[in-house]
Amino acid sequence: MKQAIIQRIFLGIVMITAVIILNFFLLHAAPGDVVDAMLAEGGGGDPELAARLRASYGLDEATHIQLIKYLGQVFRGDLGYSFYYDQSVTDLLLGHLPTTLMLTISALILAVVIGTLFGVYAALKPKGIFSNFVTVLSLFGYATPVFWLGMIILLVFALYLPLFPAFGIRSLPEPEHAVGRILDIIHHLVLPTFTLAILYLASYSRISRASMLDVLGSDYIRTARAKGLSETKVIFKHALKNAAMPVVTLAGLQLAQVFSGAILVETVFSLPGVGPLLYESIVRRDFPVILGVLFGAASTTIIANIITDLIYKYMDPRIQSIT
Amino acid sequence: MTQPNTPNSDQIFSSEEITSEPDVKWQDTFHLFCANRAALLGLTFVCLFILVGIFGPIVIPADPFEMVAMPLMSPNGQTLFGSDYLGRDVFVGIIHGARPTMIIAVTATLVTVLIGITIGAIAGYYGGMVDNVLMRITEFFQVLPPLVFAMVIVAVFSSHIVVVILAIAITTWPTEARLTRAEFLKIKENEYVTASRAIGDRNFRIITKIILPNAMPPLMIAITLRVGITVIYEAALSFLGLTDPDVITWGKMIGQSRDFFFEAWWTVTFPGVAILLVVLCIALIGDGLNDAFNPKLRGR
Amino acid sequence: MDDSLEIKEDAVLQVMNLSVDFDVKGNNVSILSKVNFGLGLGETLGIVGESGCGKSMTALALLRMVPSPPGKISEGEVLLNNVDLMTLSKKEIKNIRGKELSMIFQEPMTSLNPVFTVGNQLVETILEHKDLSRVDALKEAIELLRLVQIPAPEQRIKEYPHQLSGGMRQRIMIAMALVCQPKVLIADEPTTALDVTVQAQIFDLLKEIQAKTKMSIILITHDFGAISEMADRVIVMYAGYKVEEGTLDEIRNSPLHPYTQGLLRSMLVIKPDSSGFKKPLPEIPGSVPDLLNRQPGCPFGPRCSQATIKCRSMPPNFNLGFKRSVKCWLADNGRVE
Repeated sequence: MKQAIIQRIFLGIVMITAVIILNFFLLHAAPGDVVDAMLAEGGGGDPELAARLRASYGLDEATHIQLIKYLGQVFRGDLGYSFYYDQSVTDLLLGHLPTTLMLTISALILAVVIGTLFGVYAALKPKGIFSNFVTVLSLFGYATPVFWLGMIILLVFALYLPLFPAFGIRSLPEPEHAVGRILDIIHHLVLPTFTLAILYLASYSRISRASMLDVLGSDYIRTARAKGLSETKVIFKHALKNAAMPVVTLAGLQLAQVFSGAILVETVFSLPGVGPLLYESIVRRDFPVILGVLFGAASTTIIANIITDLIYKYMDPRIQSIT
Repeated sequence: MTQPNTPNSDQIFSSEEITSEPDVKWQDTFHLFCANRAALLGLTFVCLFILVGIFGPIVIPADPFEMVAMPLMSPNGQTLFGSDYLGRDVFVGIIHGARPTMIIAVTATLVTVLIGITIGAIAGYYGGMVDNVLMRITEFFQVLPPLVFAMVIVAVFSSHIVVVILAIAITTWPTEARLTRAEFLKIKENEYVTASRAIGDRNFRIITKIILPNAMPPLMIAITLRVGITVIYEAALSFLGLTDPDVITWGKMIGQSRDFFFEAWWTVTFPGVAILLVVLCIALIGDGLNDAFNPKLRGR
Repeated sequence: MDDSLEIKEDAVLQVMNLSVDFDVKGNNVSILSKVNFGLGLGETLGIVGESGCGKSMTALALLRMVPSPPGKISEGEVLLNNVDLMTLSKKEIKNIRGKELSMIFQEPMTSLNPVFTVGNQLVETILEHKDLSRVDALKEAIELLRLVQIPAPEQRIKEYPHQLSGGMRQRIMIAMALVCQPKVLIADEPTTALDVTVQAQIFDLLKEIQAKTKMSIILITHDFGAISEMADRVIVMYAGYKVEEGTLDEIRNSPLHPYTQGLLRSMLVIKPDSSGFKKPLPEIPGSVPDLLNRQPGCPFGPRCSQATIKCRSMPPNFNLGFKRSVKCWLADNGRVE
């Protein structure tokens, strides 16, 4: 078990290194470099100054040396500097990532929990109305663009029924009390979280229905019934844990996709996450930030994947002994 | 005691027999699919959409970028789905947006599937070290959030349609690769594969002529569903304004109306419904294929 | 085998006219037709037949665990100590399961939940039926494992099913079934999936426990060897009917139903004859009837070498003595069970 964790973490570090290398080459492929960006902010400059600056940044060195230097920089936490925001990229990311993570994780948890429960309930009556509802829901979940869903939800729940705030993550002025501030943030996050969660919830409910149907036909469920356990216990203890496993696996695999969805949702709801940051940086052609976001997003996914793996290992004891 | 009647494998199997032995019952599948009303409805609508894509701009030759009405007019006799903030006709935009949506979705799917199947097939067939390396690469691409990665690619290179298609493909192929690999791992254990190895068939032939046809059912379902996902993916990139500015697409129409949709719901609703309908119908086809290939698992 | 004569009159379990129907695409298919039998204290009853003959369904019906839909118990009484299980509420039958009427299954590999420890699954059964603290339940679980002769029970209890061998798992299933010292243990093919040596160990264990606790056992199997090993009395089933009933000796040495005769012929160990060759095992020609398209008359008729015109009508169960009956016109003596 311990060895498996170490192995997994090692693989994670290799992955992160690979992301940095990818970033390095993308940065090289991008039009213009740090010096161009700097001079552009300063309103242009003469070629001699540019050459001197390039030398001072080590941009005239061989590619592999630059790469090694870049790796060293990133591992020390230096992702470059944004001349547009006049801030280090690391600070920018640390400022924006938490919102995106909060959105991604709460939506994912919501989707897994509600999706699994929907699936379980539907599996109990596979030909019932609720089961058909799950089928239809999953079809719509697949077919609805998340950014459009966000807008429609905004129209309904912020414009026609003004129950929730339409934009941002905080009210102005902010509530004075700390609890009030937290509630205010939650109030702002309800619609975006649900927007993101609904789509995944839809597909998870279908998957958990399928796996629940499999599980309900299994021998150990028959044993559990024959032992005289109550139906609640049979379903919520013996069946649920087995049926939830494919959902957890899938959620782990889809983390990067949910993250992508979060970026769109943030754009629609004007949340100060990495979505708008990335969008703004693309418009400004601020490449250190653009690649910083890619690095931040990939590293988060890698770390989250390790955590999902561990959860999965905890849930299914059979895996522990294999790896 | 046993009679010496063990023939060598050449006698038992001729190459022809082997390829015909593994049977995907295409005819049954076809009949089952045709018996599925929802799937047929989906197929009909998708065909209709393709027709709109091909002939729509010919039938309604109006320029979608032209300002034909007052800005933000609600749906009326002149502009069926209303007008956007520049007074452009939403309905005309939807008709003209069908073609680029279709072209990008289909080409990007083809490229995605090509990369995915090639890598998955090689990994699954050869196994061992090759598999290990390819799967690590696949995992690497899976941890990069697809949309973020695609946005970065477009930002770094350009928003040219070819770049957009490649960006979509590069960020999404791992799903198909994993699926293909899993199928190959399963199928290559079958006796008919062992047999064709025994009679000395070349690897390339075994992969393409023997294993791949048998891996087709799940792949076909995945490819169908992939088209729908790509439509949405392209719409997302267009929504963010990262695709070719001279081409009108449904996603772009929604994106451009972002600041005005509280005043004019129709500017985002109708293009969104167009995306939803097309993808929904693709999903119905996918479901129909799924039921037709696995009749026992119907309704799961 | 003579102790079979000492079976007490008073039955622990009395099954009358037990019938199970399945709904197959709108058609009502009879899976189990009016099965009768009794089970005495400390007695082992073997139910034998081909797969699909309804023997496992009988077991599930006793516990009211027929999968529904599509199945349902259409008729019958099951008296356990004179209480009809079929009329109990859901809650009451739940309390009978695993307490007075326990069951172990064919597949020890899959019958235990893979994601919970052995201890967890034992303890939850104990807590379900007994008013004990968790700690006491755990102690009792260890005792039970000791009873089923599992070495190092304190260690095993923390392990997951996949860490144990098939024989071990079946022992654990038995331990789980014994939690409340049930009056009746139903063992559905308990050794089919196990090695021969392990089979023998499991049977020895069951016999030992039975001797200690006077528990009655219903052993369901297709294997006449297992029946010979364990059973006092035997029921032979075919296509959802009880076709013959008798003591082990009666069934083994003087089978009356042509089906029983065929079954015995096809399983008897054939000794190599002088030439050193084995004779092929005689098999019963034909196959189990399609329950969807039942023909009128004796269900075994189409496969029976001794069938007459009379067999076109359904034979009743002819009673040939105390708990001895056969469902075949050949045995027509006018006394119907």
